[in-house]
Amino acid sequence: MTKRIGVLALQGAFREHMISVEALGATTVAVRLPEQLEGLDGLIIPGGESTAIGKLMTTYRFYEPIIHRHAVGMAVWGTCAGAILIAREIADCLVDQRSLELMDINVRRNAYGRQAASFEADLDVAHIAGGDFRGVFIRAPWIESVGEGVEVLARHGGHIAAARQGRLMATTFHPELTGDPRIHRLFLEEIVGE
Amino acid sequence: MSDTTNQTGTPRVKTGLAEMLKGGVIMDVVTAEQAKIAEDAGAVAVMSLERVPADIRAAGGVARMADPTIVESIVAAVSIPVMAKCRIGHFVEAQILQSLGVDYIDESEVLTPADEEHHVDKWRFTVPFVCGCRNLGEALRRIGEGASMVRTKGEPGTGNVVEAVRHIRAVSDEIAWLKGLRGEQLYAAAKDLQAPYDLVKWVADNGKLPVVNFSAGGIATPADAALMMQLGCDGVFVGSGIFKSGDPAKRAKAIVEATTHFEDADIIARVSRNLGEAMVGINISDIPDSERMQERGW
Repeated sequence: MTKRIGVLALQGAFREHMISVEALGATTVAVRLPEQLEGLDGLIIPGGESTAIGKLMTTYRFYEPIIHRHAVGMAVWGTCAGAILIAREIADCLVDQRSLELMDINVRRNAYGRQAASFEADLDVAHIAGGDFRGVFIRAPWIESVGEGVEVLARHGGHIAAARQGRLMATTFHPELTGDPRIHRLFLEEIVGE
Repeated sequence: MSDTTNQTGTPRVKTGLAEMLKGGVIMDVVTAEQAKIAEDAGAVAVMSLERVPADIRAAGGVARMADPTIVESIVAAVSIPVMAKCRIGHFVEAQILQSLGVDYIDESEVLTPADEEHHVDKWRFTVPFVCGCRNLGEALRRIGEGASMVRTKGEPGTGNVVEAVRHIRAVSDEIAWLKGLRGEQLYAAAKDLQAPYDLVKWVADNGKLPVVNFSAGGIATPADAALMMQLGCDGVFVGSGIFKSGDPAKRAKAIVEATTHFEDADIIARVSRNLGEAMVGINISDIPDSERMQERGW
């Protein structure tokens, strides 16, 4: 069965995720309305501005449908802004900011600093073969702490950069900007699964 | 060999922030209070300046980089990226903006140019630059100088979308033309476009610009924003169009929604209702040639 992967397309780098996923043989849906979540095996919440995406998720009533679809089996992967949006807790939460509270992680927004501090670095990522993965961190968050049952997949400079928990995965960097398919493959094969 | 040290200011990191802004709206703001309104409406970034283009046009005289106090107060007020404008060729204003911690520098024709021959050598900066263009050659010259993002210029401060449309159509048509050329013709095309050959070749091979392209200069309504998105822009800048209108918060949110749902006429119709007064527009033919901002930049 071909896997059907949605990419939340409210704002941000959704096209790059769709290209990466399609190159691995799955079909993709650009999700702009909640009814488009129907029938998805997995959902990617891309990088972008977490406040802008969060506000559009509120206006277009995405929170309950995503939580419900995940509860009945839809895998979810958040990159950068997406990692913030799936976190149980946002360390420096804005007053009216809300996350999906799916994954037992605590995330700090813009943790490395402003754009001048954005960087690339090699990462040792668990479960992927073939050596280091080039991490692209853009005004990136870090994962400050994880709960029990969360497996840390990668660290950088003492902070957690990638983690998984059941049918959830979070990366604070941008695999979709590198052309390296290994983390997308990990999502499709191990997080979405059969 | 793995390299786990942080490499900052790489081309991928600079263009990457623009990739994250796609599908979004960047709004001109002149105070921290306006910046909060923009963030609350769902802006992906704000452009901090001393006056919006419509007021620069009205005031006349030399328009310069904003007072650092204004930029700092806006940086402190919001958590979304903050951009700021320097004059074309004024690399010291750019150095100041980088030291103030802005996330993107706009080397902008909205301000009075400081150099009528040279733009800033943008490769020398850690912070990325966005620059204006009216056609493909101008876009590729700016990218050759190190711009990590471009925006079609339009005519700033007019509330009239006609020039923005002209410029995105020019860029798209020239990309389509390059795609149809044979290898040896690309050298002559580079000469005609006055653009670096390697960038001309890249565009011909890939059928798109090598960096993100937003639309600017004249967008005043949700329909204008959706029009620019349907014409192929990656996102929109709204300058005077928001805070020169009757209900800025409502209009800002409506333009954000129309930019996301740019192909859904039902949604654009819904968000376009009861927005109050739009900014008063200016016909381009009523602007003397010497006051057309789009002509600045070389």
